[in-house]
Amino acid sequence: MSTLSIRGVHSDYQGQQVLKGLDLTLEKGEIAALLGPSGCGKTTLLRAIAGLQAVSQGEISINGEILTGANVFTPSEQRGVGMIFQDYALFPHLNVADNILFGVKDLDKAARVARLDEMLELVKLEGLAKRYPHELSGGQQQRVSIARALAYEPELLLLDEPFSNIDAKVRGEMMLEIRNILKQRNVSAVFVTHSKDEAFVFADKLALFKDGYIVQYGTAEELYTAPKDRYVADFLGSGNYISASVKDDFVVETPIGLLTSTTRLSHPVSYRGEILIRPQQLEITADEQGVGVIIERRFLGNICHYQVQVAQHFYEVKSQLSQLMPGQKVHLQAQAHSLVVF
Amino acid sequence: MILGLSRTWSFAGYLIAAIIILPLLAIIAQAFVPDEDVFSHLFNTVLPTYISNTILLMLGVCICALLIATPAAWLVAKCQFPGRKMFQWALLLPLAMPAYVVAYVYTDLLDYAGPVQKILRLWFDWQSPSDYYFPEIRSLGGASLVLALVLFPYIYLLARTAFMEQSSSLQHASRVMGCGPWQSFWRLSLPMARPALAVGASLVAMETAADFATVSYFAVPTLTTAVYDTWLGYGSLSAAAKLSAIMLLVVFSMIGFERFARRRQQLFQKQSGPNESSVSKLKGFKSGLATTYCSLLLLFSFLLPFVILLQYAWDYFDESWHAAFWQYSFNSLYIAAIVSVITVFIGVLLIFIRRISPRVSDILPSRLASTGYALPGTVLAIGILVPFTMLDFAVNDLYEYFGQAGPGLVFTGSVFIIIFAFCIRFSAIAIGSVENSYKRISPSLDMAAITMGLKPKALLWRVHMPLLRKGIFAGLLLVFIECMKELPAALLLRPVGFENLATYVFQFVSDEQLEHGALAAIVIVLVGLVPLIYLNRSLEQES
Repeated sequence: MSTLSIRGVHSDYQGQQVLKGLDLTLEKGEIAALLGPSGCGKTTLLRAIAGLQAVSQGEISINGEILTGANVFTPSEQRGVGMIFQDYALFPHLNVADNILFGVKDLDKAARVARLDEMLELVKLEGLAKRYPHELSGGQQQRVSIARALAYEPELLLLDEPFSNIDAKVRGEMMLEIRNILKQRNVSAVFVTHSKDEAFVFADKLALFKDGYIVQYGTAEELYTAPKDRYVADFLGSGNYISASVKDDFVVETPIGLLTSTTRLSHPVSYRGEILIRPQQLEITADEQGVGVIIERRFLGNICHYQVQVAQHFYEVKSQLSQLMPGQKVHLQAQAHSLVVF
Repeated sequence: MILGLSRTWSFAGYLIAAIIILPLLAIIAQAFVPDEDVFSHLFNTVLPTYISNTILLMLGVCICALLIATPAAWLVAKCQFPGRKMFQWALLLPLAMPAYVVAYVYTDLLDYAGPVQKILRLWFDWQSPSDYYFPEIRSLGGASLVLALVLFPYIYLLARTAFMEQSSSLQHASRVMGCGPWQSFWRLSLPMARPALAVGASLVAMETAADFATVSYFAVPTLTTAVYDTWLGYGSLSAAAKLSAIMLLVVFSMIGFERFARRRQQLFQKQSGPNESSVSKLKGFKSGLATTYCSLLLLFSFLLPFVILLQYAWDYFDESWHAAFWQYSFNSLYIAAIVSVITVFIGVLLIFIRRISPRVSDILPSRLASTGYALPGTVLAIGILVPFTMLDFAVNDLYEYFGQAGPGLVFTGSVFIIIFAFCIRFSAIAIGSVENSYKRISPSLDMAAITMGLKPKALLWRVHMPLLRKGIFAGLLLVFIECMKELPAALLLRPVGFENLATYVFQFVSDEQLEHGALAAIVIVLVGLVPLIYLNRSLEQES
């Protein structure tokens, strides 16, 4: 049984349809990222799961129990979900200990103290129980909000852009740390972000949003290597689209020559379309007889970024080679991989 | 937003709002009741004068207050001169002065028997009034000046903030493009502050329209005094209601103007960029002039009247220090205390409902409940008398129907009606104060609390109340002092024999014996100073 199951959810906000029929399932212990540009409905879905946003159609259930559905609505306070907010939403009038124990009910005093100690140890804030939120750094506040959300052992943890206020330098570390905490306790979580990098690091599965729809749902690798359309492909990274015609089950013909896929192509022979090749999947070599010319070179430290012109087409290439210069003739070749044809 | 919020909450909100707008509806309804020709008599005789007086007075006060307040606001916001820090808050002090006290003091100083004219006669060897011209203080012009002297801080406060928020880079840009300081003031600072000035002026105009005591003392008949006289003189509630309806028309057009100005103000402020304001240091002659101007303003609007009050109180201490003085102080204090607690409770409840309710229509009660403040005290009193007189009659009829003696005027004849009126009039202040405080609580705190299993009542109690402490305190304080000062509603509604400090002081003002009531007036002023200090401190913390 899935921890979270969402079926055909529609939602309106001020007369406008924000969610237009969403489906999503999450297994126990999985972390899903709702990814997309701002205003595409991902936060709305998160709030609908928490019971903070009304749903006009569809069904949301946690552990098989329908919480939102036709004629069913369980109020937020009875759903047992934990939520972590962009601004952490720590209660400024309560200290760390009282914040963490705010949602904990039905425990005697000793058990509460034990729970508090456990949580403080989990988020590595031992000794700060008496501090007030304004006496903590941003990262510490973040950890308090996580401890608070986990303290009452929710079935599901919802995170609304939790890392957007964290300094870029410590963000990566922080995400891994929190991911480890969730994995350690086998907590299922749904996480909203507009950054693909955050989604790659933090989540097991990605749901890519566009205008109230989920375009594609799957692991990061699936979405990156086998995007359903150009929107998904572009959102997860830059790419070259090269016109191609399918020659047989594995081979396409392109302006840079015949390319062979490692898997069977999705389109029939003689189909004319485009293939997606990521910049790092193109290999560049200096070649006086090559058909390509380097137009632009950007040195980025660990790699070098080139723009290469072949006939009237332009290609983006990322390469370890840094000695090639604009004007130089080059040869382009695609690495062997599973080709994506649109 | 609590999606499963029970409708009981919304119902409570609407009930409170309905009670608060009851007087407004009562006036409109009563205005259509025939009134034995009192109104048509007024209409054919004195009403045109009342209306023109009201409008001229509002215009006069606004113009005087703008002329007084704008330079002071600009100097304090933009220039460094000796005493600037002190003037920043000291120029708010006149707000604590009841206008009729200032009016009394200046009449004492400036009329024929007063020290000013005496000295002039002595110097120039004039013998009688026919030898020289001296403007009559007890006139429309005099009333305009006196009211402007106590009301200008509204404009000063808003204009000062507006000037301070103007980013220094705009100022620098205009200077680089060749504007001198004066040109930069006329072409840049002033036009940018115009919305704030307009809002301030409309507040001043509304306070002027509501003023009863000053114009009554100066014998300048306006719509407000007309409402009072029509009820107490002719005993015609319908005619008073008709006059009140005219008054409401004037007031609501002022509010419309204020809203319009405020809407533009937001636009102006959005464009102003970073709030870095530069202060230029005045030197020599200019700085002396700035200090002199602000000092004179403070002297005439606050210090002089206050010192004279102290003098009166000192001279007549034995006559004024008696048991009745304590009784009246106690009356003022307990009414103010009860009203401030009730209004703040209303404020918290209505704004809480509006904040957490998923129903869009639940915004309405807090909006409706804020209209009470727009009703001038006399108008409000009429609006309350209408339904409660009917209610009193109904109660007594009921008793008689069962063959018993009626209990008398249970509502209109007791302190209850004053408390009721004050609650209606000042709910808006409490609502505003609580609302401001609520704005600083992030909505995600609510969501966090709800997802952690809190019900609405617990949310209010455990999360909102502790965080609203400051706003609640400010609301209590502001309402408290307004209750101490409010005169016209108390005058019209008080039971026979009931006095509080304001009615007591006014009694002496109209009897030309303020000397005996000076002690009470000082108490009103001192109580009024507390929130000013508080207001100024919170403003300074913000900047």
